[in-house]
Amino acid sequence: MIPVLERTMVAPNIHNLRLQAPDVARSAKPGQFVILQAEEDGERIPLTISDWDAEKGDITVVFMQVGATTGKLALLKAGDSIPTAAGPLGNPMELGNFGTVICVGGCYGIASIYPIARALKEMNNRVICVVEARSSFLFYWQEKLRKTSDEMIFITRDGSLGRRGHINNLGSIIPSIKGGVDRVIINGCNYVMMRGCEETRPLGIKTIVSLNTLMIDGTGMCGVCRVTVNGSNKFACVDGPHFDGHEVNWDELSSRRQAYLREETVTLRTSAPEKER
Amino acid sequence: MNLQRVEMSKQKPEVRRQNFDEVAFGYTPEEAMAEASRCLDCKKPGCVGNCPVEVNIPDFIRCIKAGDFAEGIRIIRQKNCLPAVTGRVCPQEEQCEGGCVFAKRGGQIAIGRLERFLADWEASQGINTGSIKKPRPTGRKVAVIGGGPAGLTVAGDLIQLGHQVTVYEALHKVGGVLVYGIPEFRLPKRIVRREVDYLTSLGVEMVTSYVVGKTRTVDSLLEEYDAIFVGSGAGLPWFMEIPGNNLNGVYSANEYLTRMNLMKGYTFPSVQTPIKQHHRVAVIGGGNVAMDCARTALRLGAEAHIVYRRSRQELPARLEEVENAEEEGVIFDFLTLPLACLGNENSWVTGLSCQKMELGEPDASGRRSPVAIPGSEFVMPVDAIIYAIGNSPNPLIPSTTPGLAIGRKGNIEAEEATGKTSKARVWAGGDVVTGAATVILAMGAGRKAARAIHRYLQTLEEE
Ligand SMILES: Cc1cc2nc3c(=O)[nH]c(=O)nc-3n(C[C@H](O)[C@H](O)[C@H](O)COP(=O)(O)OP(=O)(O)OC[C@H]3O[C@@H](n4cnc5c(N)ncnc54)[C@H](O)[C@@H]3O)c2cc1C
Ligand SMILES: Cc1cc2nc3c(=O)[nH]c(=O)nc-3n(C[C@H](O)[C@H](O)[C@H](O)COP(=O)(O)OP(=O)(O)OC[C@H]3O[C@@H](n4cnc5c(N)ncnc54)[C@H](O)[C@@H]3O)c2cc1C
Ligand code: SF4
Ligand code: SF4
Ligand code: FES
Repeated sequence: MIPVLERTMVAPNIHNLRLQAPDVARSAKPGQFVILQAEEDGERIPLTISDWDAEKGDITVVFMQVGATTGKLALLKAGDSIPTAAGPLGNPMELGNFGTVICVGGCYGIASIYPIARALKEMNNRVICVVEARSSFLFYWQEKLRKTSDEMIFITRDGSLGRRGHINNLGSIIPSIKGGVDRVIINGCNYVMMRGCEETRPLGIKTIVSLNTLMIDGTGMCGVCRVTVNGSNKFACVDGPHFDGHEVNWDELSSRRQAYLREETVTLRTSAPEKER
Repeated sequence: MNLQRVEMSKQKPEVRRQNFDEVAFGYTPEEAMAEASRCLDCKKPGCVGNCPVEVNIPDFIRCIKAGDFAEGIRIIRQKNCLPAVTGRVCPQEEQCEGGCVFAKRGGQIAIGRLERFLADWEASQGINTGSIKKPRPTGRKVAVIGGGPAGLTVAGDLIQLGHQVTVYEALHKVGGVLVYGIPEFRLPKRIVRREVDYLTSLGVEMVTSYVVGKTRTVDSLLEEYDAIFVGSGAGLPWFMEIPGNNLNGVYSANEYLTRMNLMKGYTFPSVQTPIKQHHRVAVIGGGNVAMDCARTALRLGAEAHIVYRRSRQELPARLEEVENAEEEGVIFDFLTLPLACLGNENSWVTGLSCQKMELGEPDASGRRSPVAIPGSEFVMPVDAIIYAIGNSPNPLIPSTTPGLAIGRKGNIEAEEATGKTSKARVWAGGDVVTGAATVILAMGAGRKAARAIHRYLQTLEEE
């Protein structure tokens, strides 16, 4: 059993969950995830390890409450426990001294981009964080992100903070950055990642995304997480979840991701504007 | 010589195809004793040598004959720590029963059913006769990676020799394919559960949701343990290289069976695991795994097809399971080669495009291989396709363990007699070494490795 140390709502529908998982905390690297169960015999879902403390032995995941399992996780309180938190799974994000890196985060990606930004900053990159939400009250973890970035850019759909619009702003943000951009890393819902890639593709900037597929085991055993990248079949859990976004077959990915979704609930879970849904 | 095997009663096909309860009921004591009385108690029994863990078959059968079931199960447990499992799923026709003197004349003793009988009897008595006396602790520590039959055998053997054993399992339940693959109607999960609980009661520590290679590497475990056994199985599913594999409704057998077994999808919506109600399912393959998928699909209300490119004779599945599947109404499409998975505008499967085959001239090996019949292409309308064409070892451990020699098929290389790998203090066995095989071969490999590990640990004690 995995003890729950803390669970708080950091923005409407977005929760911070801190768990005691010393072995996971000791091995975690930026970009890796855990598979959680909210209860015995329940669904297994992947959530990114958005922060951790190897010494104290805890890990933090930030999740958006969208369905059955995240709904149960959202009810946890300190002192409760959950049966499963297996990880760290997946490959770590490729790190290095790239120069100037834009880290883009939307919804839960605002948190999951944080350890990546932190590591890149430690490696002396110029880190620019771009965070995106429907409205300013949906932002969270801003202080943490500010500390790990040289600059922060906000985008809101309603214009309540920063630029107005959505992720397509990236197309105008990038050229405005002096000295150019060497790499873009996007975390968030598949829509944000896909649209972001459309903006960076014509600019020829390498763009890494962390794919959000269905998963069961997270160890390469079931194949439910398969995606087509550069024409070949990959298992997101063991070959990814990070891929070059310009090589991902997005149509296939979104149809596979939604295999079990009822149409009417889609609206609750995407930040895509109506006409592009 | 009485060649008439005592039949084991089963649920009627039209009933069992509606439920997930076990198909066969098992022998009553009278039936078991009647079957046992046919055994000749051979001086040189052919059966024993054909059992990979060398269960003392004539002895336990003699006990059944005499009605001493407690002694019978004790004899089995000396060699086999999972008798309720093996009695159900061993391919007995090729193993123990295949070596029986009766086999040539078709009336081999039903060794598997007798073994199952004793194991179930033991369970019904609420006892476990495995080991009674507590061994002296040696102070040596062994880590077992993977809680499948290979790993559990090693754990059971070494704990009884006084070593401290920890099993690290990636999934949230221990048992390997026994819990996530083989369906409830063939191997009820409570049986696996009972054997695992028994090992726990002997002192084996089970650590679940622990992915070695990720949570911790083999090298890091070696700092804490004297020896490591790797029994991580062959869990990486294969797909055919044909178009349309990533349509919705195309599954690997592992995904399909895991959803249904480990995640108890068949009780949806009382559990959260989402499953789709399919109407017509094509299962590609002809082994035990394919039979399990087809029979599961059938029980969930679908018309289930087995699509196999050779003919019935070549089916690699156990005959008993093929017959069960046929009785239940699984439809076999033999000599049929899939060409493409077809889908609609929503990317859901709508059909499987296939070609008819015929058996050609025997090749060098004497096997008649299938050749395509030109112009015989057709579309099978289905709304789900399940690949059951094989698995290979998962690269997680090989890729994170320097110094471990890996074979061409991604398998860990290990000495057959001992399970010793190229890496010091690391042994391996089961499907991760052989590729997908059987429960009893995995257990046999575990037994040999346990012996070798014990010998090694003893040399440490002498130091
Ligand atoms: C590598 C990775 C990292 C992720 N990190 C985060 C993160 O940090 N924060 C975050 O909020 N989200 C993250 N996600 C997404 C997250 O996993 C999903 O939001 C979560 O699974 C939703 O679960 P749910 O039960 O609450 O919703 P659901 O109700 O499960 O989701 C909606 C629909 O999808 C179906 N579904 C969900 N999972 C499966 C499955 N495995 N198999 C079949 N059907 C399924 C459900 O039945 C339902 O119909 C990540 C995903 C991946 C792949
Ligand atoms: C559907 C199906 C039906 C079958 N039917 C039969 C049958 O009727 N009769 C028969 O004899 N055989 C049958 N088999 C084959 C048999 O189940 C296997 O040969 C046997 O289970 C192999 O045992 P194993 O211990 O080597 O591996 P497995 O049973 O595969 O167990 C390996 C375990 O290791 C775990 N693991 C993997 N990687 C890691 C890691 N990195 N860290 C921690 N744990 C890890 C896995 O999660 C798994 O639990 C069937 C197989 C399938 C899939
Ligand atoms: S373990 Fe399997 S092969 Fe050995 S006697 Fe039992 S059923 Fe036969
Ligand atoms: S070979 Fe057959 S008859 Fe002889 S001891 Fe074994 S089971 Fe009995
Ligand atoms: S989640 Fe099962 S193979 Fe990736």
